[in-house]
Amino acid sequence: MPEALLSTHGLNAHYGDFQALFGVDINIHAGEVIAIIGANGAGKTTLMRSITGLLANRPDMVTYRNTPIGALRADQVARTGIAMVPEGRQLFQSLSVEENLIIGGQIGRKGPWELEKVFRLFPILKERRAVPSTALSGGQQQMVAIGRALMSNPELILFDEISLGLAPIIIKSIYEVLPDIIGEGMSAVIVEQDIAKALSVAGRVYCMQEGRISLEGRSNELTREQISAAYFGV
Amino acid sequence: MEWINAIVQGVLLGGLYALFAAGLSLIFGVMRLVNIAHGDFIVLAAFLALSTTSALGVNPLLTLVIVVPVMAVIGYVLQRGVLNQTLGDDILPPLLVTFGLSVIIQNGLLEIYSADPQKMNAGAIETASLALPGNLNVGVLPLVMFGVSVAVIAGLQWVFYRSALGRAFRAVSDKQDIAQLMGLNKAHVFGLAMALSLAVVGIAGVFLGIRTSFDPSIGPGRLIFGFEAVIIGGLGNLWGTMIGGIILGVSQNIGAQINPGWQLLAGHIAFLIVLAVKPRGLFPRID
Ligand SMILES: Nc1ncnc2c1ncn2[C@@H]1O[C@H](COP(=O)(O)OP(=O)(O)OP(=O)(O)O)[C@@H](O)[C@H]1O
Ligand SMILES: [Mg+2]
Repeated sequence: MPEALLSTHGLNAHYGDFQALFGVDINIHAGEVIAIIGANGAGKTTLMRSITGLLANRPDMVTYRNTPIGALRADQVARTGIAMVPEGRQLFQSLSVEENLIIGGQIGRKGPWELEKVFRLFPILKERRAVPSTALSGGQQQMVAIGRALMSNPELILFDEISLGLAPIIIKSIYEVLPDIIGEGMSAVIVEQDIAKALSVAGRVYCMQEGRISLEGRSNELTREQISAAYFGV
Repeated sequence: MEWINAIVQGVLLGGLYALFAAGLSLIFGVMRLVNIAHGDFIVLAAFLALSTTSALGVNPLLTLVIVVPVMAVIGYVLQRGVLNQTLGDDILPPLLVTFGLSVIIQNGLLEIYSADPQKMNAGAIETASLALPGNLNVGVLPLVMFGVSVAVIAGLQWVFYRSALGRAFRAVSDKQDIAQLMGLNKAHVFGLAMALSLAVVGIAGVFLGIRTSFDPSIGPGRLIFGFEAVIIGGLGNLWGTMIGGIILGVSQNIGAQINPGWQLLAGHIAFLIVLAVKPRGLFPRID
């Protein structure tokens, strides 16, 4: 097994007195796409926030390219090449569509992604580049959120529930472009509640339950029974 | 004629008030911080200019070259060293800390410069005036200062809406966490915002010290003028702040025209009237 690109080691996370993650161990290898599934409140977003530095941890609890990054601030983590498409899109409401994209690219990492390439991926955004991000439909906002993360030319990109609150047809079109995006040698973590969607794009799956990893395996080897047991804890 | 003159002078004075207010408005917009020591920083800048002119023997207007960068550095260091630690969900700590700063600055200035009123002399330009049609005389210096105020507001507007720095300001103001994910260190961005705010305060302080006499105790009064200009104009709108400053200046001068003792009162009354009619100011941008 080659060295993992990113790993967590006994990762715990707390909100005040409340412990949200308990000893989470996951690995992502270069070029790999993994899925993290789990019910509401299982701790998926908390795990993403811990990896990206929005929640501070002990340094060695998260390692990236064998370097401890658990205690870095989110802006420092971003510079190492990790980007996130956050849950609920979280666009900057005072910025235009184009400015939202530009700000994603301003850390200046080199790579294939730049404004025109995002516009080729999502042509509608080029048409609407000058409007405030709040004027877009949900699906278009999700495109901006994805484009914004890509603009930093990440090596590892985290997608936190990109299908949340979107119409099925939009979800379908977004999942259709995912392989193109990830095909550029990026690694990806896809957080989903929709198990089928997650399994369709990811090679490996982690299932979370109440702050712990309850199941891990290759997408094509896990059975429905195993997954629902790990998902619902029945 | 006297009335028109009072109004024209009021407009020019309003430019200075807009300078008092712009930095206040900027940092409130970026980090929702109300800097109670803002007026005292204006006075500090005026004393800094005073010391610079007497040390170097230059025209007080030239001290801008030194005062503005020094104030900007003070702003950055203050923000990173002190104020960032006070920001959070609770709005009380930054109020208390900047109130404390206000007291410290006033007492520090009193210790160094005494309570005697000071004034800087900018030389021949102070007495130069332009004769306008209709028997109107406008001083060149107030006119220049007004021009600078308009330019500063226009410059801030450009920075805020057109530059990469302004994009960072707006992003951090919108969503601090997500901005951090974009590689923006909010502690640094806030530092830059305070640096810009106090740079403008530097200009305001130099102009104040040339236009009128000043002493260590007048900071809170300047803070009030700045506040009133911001609120009249509407939060988060720099051109609104400019108009707020002008409304304040004109009201004060009209009040003084009626009765010299009514100058300040008239300004406060104008402020209250605007507040009563439009509680969020004339042109609000921030909800
Ligand atoms: N800011 C917070 N303060 C306190 N508790 C929180 C906070 N955010 C999340 N939690 C709690 O932490 C636990 C994990 O939440 P998290 O958001 O990580 O779950 P999730 O798996 O992403 O859920 P969802 O599918 O609903 O997005 C939940 O019990 C939640 O209530
Ligand atoms: Mg979540």
